[in-house]
Amino acid sequence: MDRVATRDAYGEALVELGEKYSNIVVLDADLSGSTRTSKFARKFPERFFNMGVAEQNMMVTAAGFALAGFIPYVSTFAIFATGRAWEPIRQSIAYSNINVKIVASHAGITVGEDGGSHQSIEDIALMRVIPNMYVFVPADAVETKKIIKKIMEIDGPCYVRTGRSKVPVIFDNSYEFTPGKGKIVREGKDVAIIATGIEVYESLKAAEILEKKGISALVVNMSSIKPIDRELIEEVAERTGKIVTVEEHSIYGGLGSAVSEVIGETKPVPVKIIGIRDRFGISGKAEELVRYFKLDTESIAREVESFLSRIND
Amino acid sequence: MEIENPLPVDISRQELINLKQKAITIRKKIVKMLYLAGSGHTGGSLSIVEILVSLYFKVMKYDPRNPQWEERDRLILSKGHAAPALYAVLSEAGFFSEEDLWTLRKLGSHLQGHPDSKATPGVEISTGSLGQGLGIANGLALGLKLKKSSSRVYVILGDGEMQEGMVWEAAMASGHYRLDNLCAILDNNNLQIDGKVSDIMSIYPIEDKLRAFGWNVLTIDGHDFESILSALKIAEKTKGKPTFIVAKTVKGKGVSIFENKVKYHGVAPNEEEYRIAMEELKQQEEELRKYG
Ligand SMILES: Cc1ncc(C[n+]2csc(CCOP(=O)(O)OP(=O)(O)O)c2C)c(N)n1
Ligand SMILES: [Mg+2]
Repeated sequence: MDRVATRDAYGEALVELGEKYSNIVVLDADLSGSTRTSKFARKFPERFFNMGVAEQNMMVTAAGFALAGFIPYVSTFAIFATGRAWEPIRQSIAYSNINVKIVASHAGITVGEDGGSHQSIEDIALMRVIPNMYVFVPADAVETKKIIKKIMEIDGPCYVRTGRSKVPVIFDNSYEFTPGKGKIVREGKDVAIIATGIEVYESLKAAEILEKKGISALVVNMSSIKPIDRELIEEVAERTGKIVTVEEHSIYGGLGSAVSEVIGETKPVPVKIIGIRDRFGISGKAEELVRYFKLDTESIAREVESFLSRIND
Repeated sequence: MEIENPLPVDISRQELINLKQKAITIRKKIVKMLYLAGSGHTGGSLSIVEILVSLYFKVMKYDPRNPQWEERDRLILSKGHAAPALYAVLSEAGFFSEEDLWTLRKLGSHLQGHPDSKATPGVEISTGSLGQGLGIANGLALGLKLKKSSSRVYVILGDGEMQEGMVWEAAMASGHYRLDNLCAILDNNNLQIDGKVSDIMSIYPIEDKLRAFGWNVLTIDGHDFESILSALKIAEKTKGKPTFIVAKTVKGKGVSIFENKVKYHGVAPNEEEYRIAMEELKQQEEELRKYG
């Protein structure tokens, strides 16, 4: 299986968009090599603006570009985009519903060795809570490209979360992304695992382990965190009666919360939220950290199994 | 680059040689740490070695057996990615063992990728997200004044970091509150991640801006011990104003293959580079022994 970092797919998609649309501009804050906007910068230097290490100013500058009729794609690490620049995003982008695309890289713990200061495990929550903001989390490189192009059609602020590490490519080019829609990527009847980002692959592998143990797990790729696919969540809740959510993010405010908000209102079934449990990240290799924080295939399978046995008790 | 009215520093020839030897020792440790870690920030760690060595082995008061000693001077490494330099110096100063250095950035290590005050003795506060250190230093300096403490506060900033708006909010406050117990040191290596500071987003002229904000500004060679020590002494003697030392440095200093190269901002030495670097540093040691 090919392994490609979603940030690499972003870099390529930007160049393709740049060729097609002359009204795209790209802004970065001294991380263009890491976020991969450097590809666009090399190809279209007159439409690339390095704003220096100044994320708040970068966001409001992007709002200004949008007022002038351009579509700005703005990139830096997820923690600095959504953390440092949160209120400027809220005020100068979302409040006026300005058409700015924020595509952040280095989200989650798979940042690795840089450690907790750089590992954003709060960004989904931070962006999801802002009115008018769309929030998308691609599962692989193919979906990243589809999302990056799709958001051109949305007239409003969008947040897209990409990662540093190479991750398996699970979709082929026929995969279609629709805002507001999740996708069942594996059928099952005993439990529904709703995952996002890199955890979609881990959940698919976990479902294989569970199958060997006689547990039939349905897996959903919920790349559209906001708007979220209420219908699909209600449907899988009805069909399986148990939901597990998996995300490379805090258990507070992210996918697990979004799913629970839907379920709690209309189809109350038990929900197990798998994610980072109210703590900061640490230094280590990306793969090691995925295991350390129990976001790997085996840990997910184990958690699902014990969740089911607790319910069935 | 010379200070207009330098204060003479009383330092013997032997003492100067000792400091230079320390700097080489620290550089060797930094290179080895980064090589063993397989990732990390080479250039910006090597450029602040003389600054840190001056502070920790000649200027600052501290007690490695009691890191929380009330009367210590404080250092905030605002450019937190230079953690390897700080760790090497803290270990050399006795805060923890040398062995710990070789665990940098590894799972379970006390030495995180960026300074973590919960994990490492001697680290005053966690940093790594740029732009916050000067404001922290202001609060610390104000608090120490309020307590009538004679402790001093030092903060090391990067020149790319100077682009953060928060730095200027803080710079205004240091001037406004006349924080003469505060000394900021700028690692002015003129490189950031994407290129030269002057090309990416110029911060220049830096001295005039800070003077206008109420700082006493000194520009020095950031690798020359006598200049650094003289500037730190002036800072201590200057009343009614905070002092900002613009230290002209070379990113990657001490290892030719890393010097002034954008690439080595966030890239650790590979085996070959490690060998070459250690060889060069050994040579510097021999020359120092021979010629002083
Ligand atoms: C708020 C924030 N934005 C971005 C980064 C990523 N980053 C780490 S180092 C760096 C460049 C800093 O340049 P400079 O201050 O000149 O560092 P030095 O040359 O001393 O290594 C950037 C952008 C960060 N750590 N914090
Ligand atoms: Mg610099």
